[in-house]
Amino acid sequence: MLKRRTVVLGALALPMVLPQMARAQGFAGSYNLAADPIGDGIWLVRGADEAITPQNGGAIANIVIMATDAGAIVVDTGPSLSYGRALEALARRLTGTPVARVYITHLHPDHSFGNGAFGSSEIHALPATRAELERDATGFEDAMYRMLPGWIAGTEVVLPQHEATAGVVLVGGRKLELLALAGHSEGDLAILDHATGTLIAGDLVFHNRAPTTPHADVPAWLEALDYLAALPHQQLVPGHGPLCERGAAIAQTRDWLIWLDGALREAVASGLDMTEAGNLPIPERFAGLAEARYELTRSVAHFYPKLEAEMLLRFGG
Amino acid sequence: MQTRPQPMQQRPEPCRNALLSFVLPRPKVLYGAMRVWHTLFLGMIRIASLLALIGAPAAALAAAPAGDPLGSPMWEYHAARVFADAPIMFDDRVKVSLPVLAENQHVLPVTVDARALDGVERIVIFADLNPIPVAVEYTPLAAQAFIATRIKLDQRTPVRAAVLTKDGVWHVAGDWVDAAGGGCSAPPLSRVRGDWADHLGELRGGTWDDGQATRLRLALRHPMDTGLVENIPEYNIEALTVSDEAGTLLARMAIHASVSEDPAFTLKFASGLGGDLKVMARDSGGLEFAGQLSASSGARIAAASR
Repeated sequence: MLKRRTVVLGALALPMVLPQMARAQGFAGSYNLAADPIGDGIWLVRGADEAITPQNGGAIANIVIMATDAGAIVVDTGPSLSYGRALEALARRLTGTPVARVYITHLHPDHSFGNGAFGSSEIHALPATRAELERDATGFEDAMYRMLPGWIAGTEVVLPQHEATAGVVLVGGRKLELLALAGHSEGDLAILDHATGTLIAGDLVFHNRAPTTPHADVPAWLEALDYLAALPHQQLVPGHGPLCERGAAIAQTRDWLIWLDGALREAVASGLDMTEAGNLPIPERFAGLAEARYELTRSVAHFYPKLEAEMLLRFGG
Repeated sequence: MQTRPQPMQQRPEPCRNALLSFVLPRPKVLYGAMRVWHTLFLGMIRIASLLALIGAPAAALAAAPAGDPLGSPMWEYHAARVFADAPIMFDDRVKVSLPVLAENQHVLPVTVDARALDGVERIVIFADLNPIPVAVEYTPLAAQAFIATRIKLDQRTPVRAAVLTKDGVWHVAGDWVDAAGGGCSAPPLSRVRGDWADHLGELRGGTWDDGQATRLRLALRHPMDTGLVENIPEYNIEALTVSDEAGTLLARMAIHASVSEDPAFTLKFASGLGGDLKVMARDSGGLEFAGQLSASSGARIAAASR
């Protein structure tokens, strides 16, 4: 009798307890990476169009895999060591060769924290990206370990050893044009794959997902977008969001940045505080952008104090 | 080097809530040992007189209302100390606006709007789990019951506003904010850059009148050192007053080191205030920073931004 009651009580208690436990232990996830072929010898590993959460394990950035005669090329390595390992295995399976070379588009951890899985590959990045990673790696590690407990286990920042420079490179018969740009961060590497006309834009371009701005310089970013828009290409892989085949993503990113900058300046000029600026109405045309409110709130935190220092009247002290 | 600003015509009225400044645990390890003893002494007298007044044993001080809607582990501790035995109610009429995420634990914007309440005498902004829990104690006087500012968070914590009305009741509202650690224990940016003294006390701001209220937006440069960073003693703006052109005090506040570096505030006054506003701030080193903001400042900022 006693035993039975215990069982009944236990069963009753389960639904109460489980969600808590599930939340506490939800970090024990693993990455199931899938690659879509987007051309001859080129695949896209789509990230979730979300913020970094314990549910998605930080797998939010788009990653590109390319096949060459000298081994595979991977563009960006994802948010963690275990992601990097899954990506390395996927690239090996798709191309039938080990990964010979890695390009890191920029410093952010959702793009660069899988480097540790590519110890036997050459990791290339712009010098500015390497310098920024050296500067910010510790802070990123703290933040990633806080946001992604479990997923991030064993991850350490591995700095790119090889300098990417602007110009055409030939890797195992595959011709790539490297573009050294800036604006989303201090070093943004974009890559044009000549064989397929695929422009891998990194986080200079977002598509149906609001742009992130923690290291952004808006005027420089707009200049970089002009450059990319003028560059002939067949399709574009944004840093976040779906593959863009009709050139809409560059225009959308530009539209958002111009609106954001103008809206925040107007907010300062009308005396709004940060909370009010974060609650500004987002124009209807951005309704299709994932995480728009979230990124507006972040951007307010990134830009507002500096804008106020620039725009408010000095009156004493 | 900082040029000494003109001394104020009159000292600001004592801004600090006497009870708060005594009973809240504030780190004073490196700075102002004298002040600690002074405060302790005054505090003991205040507690003694308070106890004599209410004729109750010390247990009365520890009485805290049950049922904190946020389930904070520190609620009873703070409630017993911040509000003593004053009546408290959790009240939706106090609107505490917080961002959907704390992007930067050094700069969390907090807006408190208690204009739905009558007879607001004081607004206290505090974060239960901060090492310096109270950030601002605002006495609106002639201002509206509204304040926006930015505070530092040292970890995930409830962030609250407690609003005291004329009838002696505290109206409390707030929410949990998830934040990365270290907002109070990492050095301010100006300390890292090394230029904090070059801009110390610079005042910036503007006033806008939208027909509903005259809004004052105000920012000043100050490192707001918490005393929790190695080798940097606590050093912060501790009092701020706003007066009209004639010098009549309109609002005042006591400010603690958990307010963000380069503190910024939005205050609201009755519409049609007209005239200039005089702002005076004093820091814990005794420096005073003063300025006069013209009624047309907001319009000038708006014009310059076009």
